[in-house]
Amino acid sequence: MVVLTLILGVNYISWRWVASLNWDAWWIAIPLVAAETYSLIDVGLFGMTVWRLKKRKAAAAAPSEATVDVFVTTYNEPLDMVMDTALAAQGIRYPHSTWILDDGNRPELRQLAEQHGVGYVTRGRDWENMPRHAKAGNLNNALMQTQGEFLLILDADQVPAPDILEKTLGYFNNRRVALVQTPQYFTNVPADDPLGSQAPLFYGPIQQGKDGWNAAFFCGSNAVLRREALMELGLLGYVKETEKSIRRALAASTKAIKQARKAADAHSPLVGGMLDEVEAAIGHAGRQLEAQESLSQITYEVQLKVQQAVRTLVQADVQALEADLAEIAAMDLAAVGESGVRVITEEAVDRLSGREWSPLGAMESIQAVLDALSVERSGEAQPLMPLATISVTEDMATAMRMHARGWQSVYHHEVLAYGLAPEDIGTMMTQRLRWAQGTMQVLLRENPLTQRGLKWGQRLMYFATMWTYLSGFAAVIYFAAPVVYLLLGILPVASLSADFFIRFIPFMVVNQLLFAVAGRGIPTWRGQQYSLALFPTWIKACTTAARNVWFGRPLGFAVTPKDRQEGGPRWSLIRPQITVAVLLAFAAIAGILRLAAGLAEPVGTLVNVAWVVFDLLVLSVLFKAVRYRGYEPGDK
Amino acid sequence: MELSHKANGSYTEVLASGRLNMVSAPNLRTYVDEVVATGASRIVVNLAQTTFMDSSGLGALIGCLKAARQAGGDLRIAAVQPQVKMVLELTSMDRVLTSYASAQEAFGNE
Repeated sequence: MVVLTLILGVNYISWRWVASLNWDAWWIAIPLVAAETYSLIDVGLFGMTVWRLKKRKAAAAAPSEATVDVFVTTYNEPLDMVMDTALAAQGIRYPHSTWILDDGNRPELRQLAEQHGVGYVTRGRDWENMPRHAKAGNLNNALMQTQGEFLLILDADQVPAPDILEKTLGYFNNRRVALVQTPQYFTNVPADDPLGSQAPLFYGPIQQGKDGWNAAFFCGSNAVLRREALMELGLLGYVKETEKSIRRALAASTKAIKQARKAADAHSPLVGGMLDEVEAAIGHAGRQLEAQESLSQITYEVQLKVQQAVRTLVQADVQALEADLAEIAAMDLAAVGESGVRVITEEAVDRLSGREWSPLGAMESIQAVLDALSVERSGEAQPLMPLATISVTEDMATAMRMHARGWQSVYHHEVLAYGLAPEDIGTMMTQRLRWAQGTMQVLLRENPLTQRGLKWGQRLMYFATMWTYLSGFAAVIYFAAPVVYLLLGILPVASLSADFFIRFIPFMVVNQLLFAVAGRGIPTWRGQQYSLALFPTWIKACTTAARNVWFGRPLGFAVTPKDRQEGGPRWSLIRPQITVAVLLAFAAIAGILRLAAGLAEPVGTLVNVAWVVFDLLVLSVLFKAVRYRGYEPGDK
Repeated sequence: MELSHKANGSYTEVLASGRLNMVSAPNLRTYVDEVVATGASRIVVNLAQTTFMDSSGLGALIGCLKAARQAGGDLRIAAVQPQVKMVLELTSMDRVLTSYASAQEAFGNE
């Protein structure tokens, strides 16, 4: 089936490239064939995913002695919701400790946790004025305060079943397994799922297929992780970042010292002497780094030498000061004070030489170099950041690093936690935007295709998901092409002859059959609709992520609110889609009028009107979604 | 560090704003020396906008005190900020350089 789809697809697309392009209208012909090629690759990656679909039997019995921490992560969710989840977590049968990870630092929640005997973790003082890294930071903070061998991570709305650990821990009997992901399922979604909250294709054939390639995704919640694997990532990241920071500092040091010499009083031999010593110490550190000496040794020595140089300078300042005082005293003893000249204590000299008050602080360029020549990772709240902080979707980035280190993953296809989906289109769109942005950040920062340690199958499994988020650009073209034909009579294809139909129709039919077969009766239409209908969201995600990664601009990050947003339908959220829909409808009417007036040919008009109808059906999901008023029990 | 001064009748007020550190301390020394050289030996250094002082800055202040005394006058400080106050206390220099609440009060009793 997959092979057949691909053969027909490649046949169609290569014909499109080679023989069918309408070069007179290249400005629409090329984008359209590019969009079609995009879709073919998408289908190809999907085919590859389901090719290795893995249906696992139940895991072996859970080990009897494992220690487990259950984390309930929260930021601003209602306390009732958090406590429902936390109490259900506490009720999990396998022995474990339950913790609420409250990034909102709410005293009421702390009290509730204490009342019910649930652990409560918030960020400590180390995190003040440091990058917080959102949920990844919350989890990394908790990892340092707990000890369990395994971690079950739950979002605040994901109420776990009592047997969730019994059913998943057995997989870890294989010592290379680092992750067991279970589906995310939402209980507050009506049967027709207007917001496309359930992702049955993803938590089904796609995850099972990725599992077949040992690339099951970590989805942030409802997953069990092996602490050892996370800590390994944390340690590797720490060493890598520290060495990088030291190399960068050494590279910048020559310029920094030159600047400092200019800024400092050039005639002061004391300052000049100190800078000589600092320069010598940094130069020595550079040679040690080349000789592969230990980072802690290098940084310790350089800091010690600099510290001594600073102390020498402070002592010289103090001596000069005391000499001045003595002279003043000699001139006019009484005026200095009743107890005469004071001698500044050693303790005071120490404090004046210390990090906080060091005269070296005046030379910011040097201070920056010295701060970076350390192993304390001073720009972060804690040295170890086991969960990746390169993306707002820390889950994907973390799992990819685990896979690159040779760890294995499992997708356990059984709902073991029951969550709450967004109940309004605004929240839903924020959530989708965040996922798409995070995915694009990972693509741009750690492109799976070039990650060492990943197998090619794994690379393509990660790439496949990233590829699907480019659909916004293709959607614009799929909306524009029929409009162009119906309004202007310009066809991107050289001719709509039998050649076209005998290649296109079999491919489309088999393609749809592939989804139907792979999905085995799973409703996939909702997902297809949203992958095109949310095109402004997907495009925005790509552009904001690119600006963020390349130019360091903020993403405009938002935490997904889990409770319902009040107010009437918010049509303004889907203004671009409304515009497109109006344009499509108008083009269809215009096309039919042109046909009636004899300005257009029947086949072209028919095909394009049908295309418009398809586009409008795709977009229709949003009209339903905007009017959706939230879940009422009994909707099922 | 920004330096300026103005004559206020019986004394001259030197306003030093910014960080009084290894880099800027020599400037303060030179600046006060020049003011003293014009004949103004009763100096108040207004530290209301001095946010930080290190050992070099402290040395410069004492150096300025010496210059003012040698010229037959005095140097006083006013309106010190918390970090500067801590440095003065730590080194007992608060016993040598008393801080007045404002520049007017520094020579107010004379």
